[in-house]
Amino acid sequence: MSRLPTGGQIDRARKISFRFDGQYYKGHPGDTLASALLANGVRLMGRSFKYHRPRGVLTAGSEEPNALVELRTGGRQEPNTRATTIELFDGLQAKSQNAWPGLKFDALAINDRLSNFLTAGFYYKTFMWPAAFWEKLYEPIIRRAAGLGSITTKPDPDLYDKGFLHCDLLVIGAGPSGLAAALTAGRAGARVILADEDFRMGGRLNAETFQLGDVAGAQWAAQAVAELASLPNVRLLPRTTVFGAFDHGVYGAVERVSDHLLTPAPGKPRQILWRIYSKRALLCAGAIERPIAFANNDRPGIMTASALRTYVNRWAASPAEAVALFTNNDDGHRTARDLVAAGVKVAAVIDTRTDAPALQGVEVLAGAQVTDSTGRLGLKSVTVRQANGQSRKLDVGALGVAGGWNPNVALTCHQRGRPVWDGAIAAFVPGAELPQGMEVAGAALGQFSTHAALHGGADGARRILADIGISATAADLPQAEDAPVNITPFWHVGGTKRAWLDFQNDVTVKDVKLAHQENFRSVEHLKRYTTLGMATDQGKTSNMGGLAVMAELTGQSIEATGTTIFRPPYTPVAMGVIAGRSTGRDFKPTRLTPSHTWATEQGAVFVEVGMWLRAQWFPQAGEKTWRESVDREVLATRASVGVCDVTTLGKIDVQGRDAAAFLNRIYCNGFAKLAVGRVRYGLMLREDGIAMDDGTAARLAEDHFVVTTTTANAVPVYRHMEFARQCLWPDMDVQLISTTEAWAQYAIAGPNARKLLQKIVDPGFDISNDAFPFMACGEITVCGGLRARLFRISFSGELAYELAVPTRYGDALIRRLMQAGEEFDVTPYGTEALGVMRIEKGHATGNELNGTTTARDLGMGRMVSDKKDSIGTVLSRREGLNQPDGLRLVGFLPKNPQARVLAGAHLLEPGADMTAANDLGYVTSACYSPNLQSYIAIGFLKSGENRMGDVLRAASPLTGEDTEVEIVSAHFIDPEGERLRA
Amino acid sequence: MIINHPLLGPCDAQEFIYKGDARLIDRPDGMIEGAEAAFFDYAYLRDNPAGQHRELWFHEQGDRSWLVVTRNTVTHEITHVELARDVARKSGQSA
Repeated sequence: MSRLPTGGQIDRARKISFRFDGQYYKGHPGDTLASALLANGVRLMGRSFKYHRPRGVLTAGSEEPNALVELRTGGRQEPNTRATTIELFDGLQAKSQNAWPGLKFDALAINDRLSNFLTAGFYYKTFMWPAAFWEKLYEPIIRRAAGLGSITTKPDPDLYDKGFLHCDLLVIGAGPSGLAAALTAGRAGARVILADEDFRMGGRLNAETFQLGDVAGAQWAAQAVAELASLPNVRLLPRTTVFGAFDHGVYGAVERVSDHLLTPAPGKPRQILWRIYSKRALLCAGAIERPIAFANNDRPGIMTASALRTYVNRWAASPAEAVALFTNNDDGHRTARDLVAAGVKVAAVIDTRTDAPALQGVEVLAGAQVTDSTGRLGLKSVTVRQANGQSRKLDVGALGVAGGWNPNVALTCHQRGRPVWDGAIAAFVPGAELPQGMEVAGAALGQFSTHAALHGGADGARRILADIGISATAADLPQAEDAPVNITPFWHVGGTKRAWLDFQNDVTVKDVKLAHQENFRSVEHLKRYTTLGMATDQGKTSNMGGLAVMAELTGQSIEATGTTIFRPPYTPVAMGVIAGRSTGRDFKPTRLTPSHTWATEQGAVFVEVGMWLRAQWFPQAGEKTWRESVDREVLATRASVGVCDVTTLGKIDVQGRDAAAFLNRIYCNGFAKLAVGRVRYGLMLREDGIAMDDGTAARLAEDHFVVTTTTANAVPVYRHMEFARQCLWPDMDVQLISTTEAWAQYAIAGPNARKLLQKIVDPGFDISNDAFPFMACGEITVCGGLRARLFRISFSGELAYELAVPTRYGDALIRRLMQAGEEFDVTPYGTEALGVMRIEKGHATGNELNGTTTARDLGMGRMVSDKKDSIGTVLSRREGLNQPDGLRLVGFLPKNPQARVLAGAHLLEPGADMTAANDLGYVTSACYSPNLQSYIAIGFLKSGENRMGDVLRAASPLTGEDTEVEIVSAHFIDPEGERLRA
Repeated sequence: MIINHPLLGPCDAQEFIYKGDARLIDRPDGMIEGAEAAFFDYAYLRDNPAGQHRELWFHEQGDRSWLVVTRNTVTHEITHVELARDVARKSGQSA
């Protein structure tokens, strides 16, 4: 191959330099990697998947199965990139794939000699015995030998973005029909998006030589694009693949913003994932030429006829000194004419039709077939069996194969639409059931002439716009060729040698015969048994051939044989663009508590709790382990006073005349009679009687409550309450709003909690034990007038309060509390100390409310009121949830205080085997209690209330731990609650 | 999918949380005789049709309305969208 002296849509004035497999080459702006390589005489671009056969380009577009390369290096390295769609840029580096040590000599080409063992389904048969060898020996070897490109293990340095677009009409594909449609709609003032996967819009117009009106097709396309670009209501998206048609007119598209640059411009994304909301869409995706199978039809230099003429017409890349064409239809002759016009020697047109038309200046071998080819690393000759049966050898460096065109129906199938067979063009066309709002025009609909495509696009746009109330005038369309389709279907040349159908997966006619022989005859079975149509190209050039061979073998028509349908994505989409900016630290939002800055200053260690970062403990100088810090925090809190940020607990503001009645139905225990200024613990059940969440509800006024939820359930509980409000009791006068983020809230716990608070609560508010007893609440002011809410509630079991201020004062408040608490040696404590203290107190949390336990299991069975109808009460009375040997929350004290008890351990009788049958329950929460100087735990034990004082084992078959524990009350500290009320 | 919210117009389904069969609106009275059987049906027995289905969606990333969406579970075609509150009132739920 070499560059023709004239022609092509390349900028000959500028040269750009690139590397392929370490070699330097030159190309021009406007080239693809494939066209530039061909222009440099490089035909060999890859090795095949299974047999490691030398391969070159088969196509000139995104349907390419062969020429897959690893593009770029380092963190930007991208496998399986199609050389046919890579826009050439200065400094481009690409590497061939699946070849070792090199492309020209590949050690695994031995597979080609072993092809008798590597037929369809080979690994279901060949490597079956001995069984253990599969995983350890066969599979790793096969995996290494097969496969496509390798991925980089380095992080991708580039940005990927996501965006949303809206339009009246989305036009997919900017060939003649797409341009005509976009012009019609754009001139009518409709909001139009025109997307095309190519970097140069125009589709086949850029690859053909015919005129539109009195200008060249490519020139007409350029003019149309220029007019569209000038219209403010039209958005052009070149380099953009619409990869999926989703529900209700939503389309997914990837715009390759910077793939044609060495590196993206600073701050610019590499690619953008667009979600396009369209009122209507017109699919103008064109058609894909299919090959004809014959022996050794996969050599570099053998490609589709349309690809051959695209390389000549668009890129002035001459295929070889001499070429031949193999066709079953008139379009193959068009390629021959174009090549001759470009000065390429066409040795012959081999036409399978006995009535093939003549061609000026080129020998046409009518009724002939190509039976074989030679050339190890590139085509040297083809053997032709002529109509008279005589064999003839043609020395050619390239062969264009024209098997007919398949309308590109992929997107029409994305909502399970099935294409239908059209005998007139011998191809599948879109079926009647299209994705909502989609219409199809041009070659994608089987309208193959340029005239038909232009009119189909323009008429389609007018019809669609009329449907959505926009009137468009008939476009002034240029004269264009209107050649009919003349094709006599021909799929494969008979013979015993391997003839390739699917180049990417190395599926040959023989493999389809084998599938048929072994009764894998439905198209879906055929696909899975042979891997026909899988991998990156999804059978764009191969499905039809495989299907036709199967139809022939079963004696059925192609229609009756059926077709597989296409699913998104149309072409591979990089994971990076699907992730967008949601990577690393930005994978999900991070929520920070109001005391975060202050806690960071204290050197706190943080833990992720859902999206929140909470202080886990506050290490002090000299503390070597987390336990030292946590033990200190617990002891100091119980001895004097500690402060903990509890902002993350969910807060729901409940207001309205029926607020009390509403909560009375939400919680299983009674709320109707809760006095203003009081707080009550509440347990919510699911409707099936299982405990859902717990928290407190504080009555600030007759018609105003503040409900708290656990941190984890803040969102689901709010959703649940809204469901109850809107769907179950729509006429209750009650309003809900989440105020979790609105209030910074701190727990102040310990015997000196009140003394500390009294220093910052404004003097007008009496918080003495008499005036503000356990479970009191009220709206107060602190620090000289700052509005605040005070709740006398305790998770730790100490004299404790929770103080809430508007979030923006949260940082100031923690600093003020620490300052005011200096005289009491106030200690900040984190979630670990919080957890230790609540286990010591026997308070349940998410570990206990784990979606399988009931109020009864939690020891709160009596709380469930049967005097009212609240959510979950009826089914909580079910027999199955009230068995005499049901689980009950109890405490566990190891016989050896220093023996660790693990959450998740199961309970067994002494001497019992560690089996499920002997299981008596499980440990839910465990910790070391510095107050008891022992490990302690709580959990669920069958008939736990009757087993106090018994000794059981807490055992874990996972860790091997097996600890003797005494069954005790879950309340290890202050079971009478004296501290709370102090 | 696009859900045509009765108050806000077309919204992407991503803004919603799906709950399930709209019959969950018809919660039985817990104080009646035989409530347990009625609640068993309510909590556990739901239709799962291939075709038209009335289902509950919550506009969590929006105005927090619960909606009853009539959707074909095979084609995803949405034929009707109502505020669940209106549906509940019509089916006799009150306070």
